[in-house]
Amino acid sequence: MSEENVIEVVELTKKFGAFLAVDAISFEVKAGEIFGFLGANGAGKTTAMKMLIGISKPSSGEASVAGFDVYTQTELIKKNIGYMSQKFALYDDLTVRENITFFGGIYGLSRSTIKEKIKVLVTDLKLENIIDQLVGALPLGWKQKLSFSVSLLHDPKIVFLDEPTGGVDPITRRQFWEMIYNAADQGTTIFVTTHYMDEAEYCDRVSIMVNGKIEAMDRPKRLKEQFEASNLNEVFLKLARNSKSD
Amino acid sequence: MGISLDQISKSYKGLNAIQKVTFEVKPGELFGIIGPDGAGKTTLFRILTTLLVADSGTASVAGMDVVEDFIAIRKSVGYMPGKFSLYQDLTVEENLQFFATIFGTTLEENYDLIKDIYEQIEPFKTRRAGKLSGGMKQKLALCCALIHKPKVLFLDEPTTGVDPVSRKEFWDMLKRLQEKEITILVSTPYMDEAALCDRVALMQGGQILEIDSPKNIVQKYPKAVYEIGAKERHKLIQVLRDFPNLYSVYPFGEYVHYTDNRNDLEIPELENYLKSKGLSEIYIGLTEPTIEDVFMELARK
Repeated sequence: MSEENVIEVVELTKKFGAFLAVDAISFEVKAGEIFGFLGANGAGKTTAMKMLIGISKPSSGEASVAGFDVYTQTELIKKNIGYMSQKFALYDDLTVRENITFFGGIYGLSRSTIKEKIKVLVTDLKLENIIDQLVGALPLGWKQKLSFSVSLLHDPKIVFLDEPTGGVDPITRRQFWEMIYNAADQGTTIFVTTHYMDEAEYCDRVSIMVNGKIEAMDRPKRLKEQFEASNLNEVFLKLARNSKSD
Repeated sequence: MGISLDQISKSYKGLNAIQKVTFEVKPGELFGIIGPDGAGKTTLFRILTTLLVADSGTASVAGMDVVEDFIAIRKSVGYMPGKFSLYQDLTVEENLQFFATIFGTTLEENYDLIKDIYEQIEPFKTRRAGKLSGGMKQKLALCCALIHKPKVLFLDEPTTGVDPVSRKEFWDMLKRLQEKEITILVSTPYMDEAALCDRVALMQGGQILEIDSPKNIVQKYPKAVYEIGAKERHKLIQVLRDFPNLYSVYPFGEYVHYTDNRNDLEIPELENYLKSKGLSEIYIGLTEPTIEDVFMELARK
């Protein structure tokens, strides 16, 4: 694992009129790190993430993602990141093979590379029996594992995961985290946004956003010590209660 | 006069959504159905709220049969579906008035029941429901489900997609409603919410795995659970899988949960094994099992 920073954010700010949605946040994420980006609904998480993935222009501040500037190199950012959420997943009415081929094409992979990727995925995920089945017919757990693999097809430096394991049964959820650990071991940076604190407990480091600002950032263990809490949920409640904004 | 289900089954296109589900909810109980997506939670709710007819089995709500007395049941239960289903282009106030009228009552008549909750959204009463935040939508939906003072309240995944602060507030509201002698059946995919119920049914793949109080469920867990940490987390799991006396190992937040085949695991022995595999910063300690440990153990059988 190298110590290189894959995300660097300095005083990043987004204003909508007079409203400061993201208020001068700064942080760094290293290669191979699993970073949890937490906050309540309306805390500014989504706005911040949109700037990082190059679909929203910051009002001020600086940020680079995968080595590219969020003002001037947004197309390069998009090519070098992966994205997965429950809302944006695979196409239910395409087969597993068709989905992989389709997303491989979107990411600009050659036909031969896509074929090679399919071969590897079939072996790694034991897809022999389902590769030509419609994705819609698969159990949710399978869909999510596949969806994660598809987000890694183009070997991105960073993959953004939005509440990746919501609603999945506990065993499948853990298989999913093992896939995430494996990707991180191989140097992929994992950027997880979630407001489920038990999902956050799996991250190497987390930041907690409240009203546009990062109010805490550390390893889960240290945050629990600092806030004298038995889990991250309590840490979160202590931070968020000080500034109710609903 | 709570809820009673006897051998209820339902399938869709040959797929068993729920199979022979039997349980009882006592009057005034806060009962949780805990299970992942696809467990059959929503099907169960739809049968109990008379929106769906079971293939076989019988069920009653507040003493009334779900097939014979479906009209009477609809008048005396409140149902908050998983998907926000109020009128997005009516205001907060208009939605409440609409549901009050449908049930032949008024906002004033049962105001004491919803007062606590309504006060939190009252400042926004002229705002359209579609423009509310997630937490506020949820509070409005709860008010609408309570407006006719139901005997039984059905809440299908009320906290899905809601942040921790709103989740906490929501459970506090449920506890207060329970004091007003309303029987509450609530479903959730989040295992940590089980502890907030009087009793829970753990459900997966259309079947009930276990029913009891959260405390008893955890106490029944037959094995000692060890939490183990190491600097190399992914490798730790792989190495533990190769340990000869392993019973189970699962990632669990910053640690992994490990159970052993024997009853007398020697921690130093395990520690030496992990060291010999090149792991560093090793931590091994006994911990309490959680509902998730129990769920996984039951699901793997």
